[in-house]
Amino acid sequence: MATPAPASTPSAPPAIEVEGLTKRYGDVRAVDDVSFTIRKGEVVGLLGPNGAGKTTTMKVLTCYMPPTSGTVRLDGLDVVDAPLEVRRRIGYLPESVPLYDEMGVDEYLRFIARVRGIPPARRREAIGDIVRRCGLKEVLWRGVGELSKGYRQRLGLAQAVIHDPDVVILDEPTTGLDPNQIVEIRRLIRELGSAKTVILSTHILQEVEAVCDRVLIIHQGRIIADGTPDQLHREFRGAQELDLVVRGTDADAARGALGGLAGVEAVSLAGTENGAVALSLSCGREADLREAVFRLCVERGWVLLEMQRKVVSLEAIFRQLTAGEEAEK
Amino acid sequence: MTGLAAVYRREVAGYFGQPVAYIVITAYLLMCGWFFTSGLFLIGQADVRGYLDVAPTILVFFAPALTMRLLAEEWRNGTMELLLTLPVRDAEVVVGKYLAAFTVLVVAQVLTLAYPITVGLLGPVDIGQVVTGYFGLLLLGAAFLAVGVLASALTSSQVVAFIVSFFVCFGLFLLGKSLPFLPTPLLPLFDYLAVDTHFANLTKGVIDSRDVLYFLTIVLICLAGTVHALQGRKWGR
Repeated sequence: MATPAPASTPSAPPAIEVEGLTKRYGDVRAVDDVSFTIRKGEVVGLLGPNGAGKTTTMKVLTCYMPPTSGTVRLDGLDVVDAPLEVRRRIGYLPESVPLYDEMGVDEYLRFIARVRGIPPARRREAIGDIVRRCGLKEVLWRGVGELSKGYRQRLGLAQAVIHDPDVVILDEPTTGLDPNQIVEIRRLIRELGSAKTVILSTHILQEVEAVCDRVLIIHQGRIIADGTPDQLHREFRGAQELDLVVRGTDADAARGALGGLAGVEAVSLAGTENGAVALSLSCGREADLREAVFRLCVERGWVLLEMQRKVVSLEAIFRQLTAGEEAEK
Repeated sequence: MTGLAAVYRREVAGYFGQPVAYIVITAYLLMCGWFFTSGLFLIGQADVRGYLDVAPTILVFFAPALTMRLLAEEWRNGTMELLLTLPVRDAEVVVGKYLAAFTVLVVAQVLTLAYPITVGLLGPVDIGQVVTGYFGLLLLGAAFLAVGVLASALTSSQVVAFIVSFFVCFGLFLLGKSLPFLPTPLLPLFDYLAVDTHFANLTKGVIDSRDVLYFLTIVLICLAGTVHALQGRKWGR
């Protein structure tokens, strides 16, 4: 991962502290008693289905709306008491990437630089720098309204980081992009976020796995899971499976022998073909059984035709979690 | 203040970088020009009275056309969210935008200075009346623009913003015209509320602090209302 390890160790000071955050729209609780802390340098993914409360949480963090109750602090500054100071330290890209279509790209960036209070002497440099990093050079003299979706997104990112903020908040930064653009934008986020605290929301799981150090899963306004993608994998399932295809033995013998290996929790038969047996082993949390399986096969004189380790995807965890909540209701 | 200045610059560039300002100003000058020159040639009267008399009526259209876009479009495009999460106060956004519209009004008024200059070339001109008359026009325009900014903050539709501010401005304007039909007890109140009364004093060459206060009060109430309308997002919008 691009993020330097020391930046996200538990000893790093907190960048964002959220305590008991509740936001209500009329009778609807969009966010319900949410608490979490994000440390400096972490790249955190807010993951959840649409309408889970991700965007609302971000709107409170960026001081667009005050919380109904609870406190939100950024660098120790309260979003209700010191909104301007908080906004100065934040870069924000809302979900729909709202930009002024009637302006030129260069003109737009100059406007943002001015509002952001970048001193006139440094504006050119700041804009030149962000244009280079976000790859906006070819479109610098075009109108914002003429930009393709991918360039729009890059310009949206550029305006969010032009003032070198401590915290970058991105609401679904890759929705509506084609696969190449998604890879491109993720690379940009990793690059831009390498020295910053980044919060991004998404409902795409691969995104979290590709970009984030830590995941907060939000569902119906509450946080239902919090941890690194690896931790979540381990916590929410037996963690891994080994798929094997072995020749030179029969199904029962193979099951018996493999089931005896330390760390194997279950062996299931996937099928037989041409004298070969396909099996699937469920393994304990952190065990890596590939070597033991190989030695066993050599010992017994079996031919190991295939072996593949599968890690249970976040997707499965996510579905498990959100479906579970639904069932409780 | 950097925020206010940046918002102001963006809006002024928006007015003059697009056809908006030119179209509105041209239309304004054509209409006013017609009333001025018709007085000059048809009646043979070298006077700015003709222009000052008709200008309020035309401003009733002109002001809403200038302001309808200012905030309604930010709501519609979602750019309001980005704008209000930049390090600017809501009031800076409102005042910056308002001053930009006011700048266009000033430009239009400066261009109409051609009328008093023409009159001056033809004969003696009452400088005092011209100065207070233009002062009054700017105050009147300032009040109408503030009404327009408020209407624009209340809706995401430019058309609705135009119609609402047009009706409010037109209402303030009509109050003065309706005085003869009102029952006597109501007269002082409506007389005070009517734009006409206050504007008429100024065109006569009299600067009365009460008239100035009247216009500034409208500006303040409307701009404060606009800031309040932006706060409306905080309860979900």
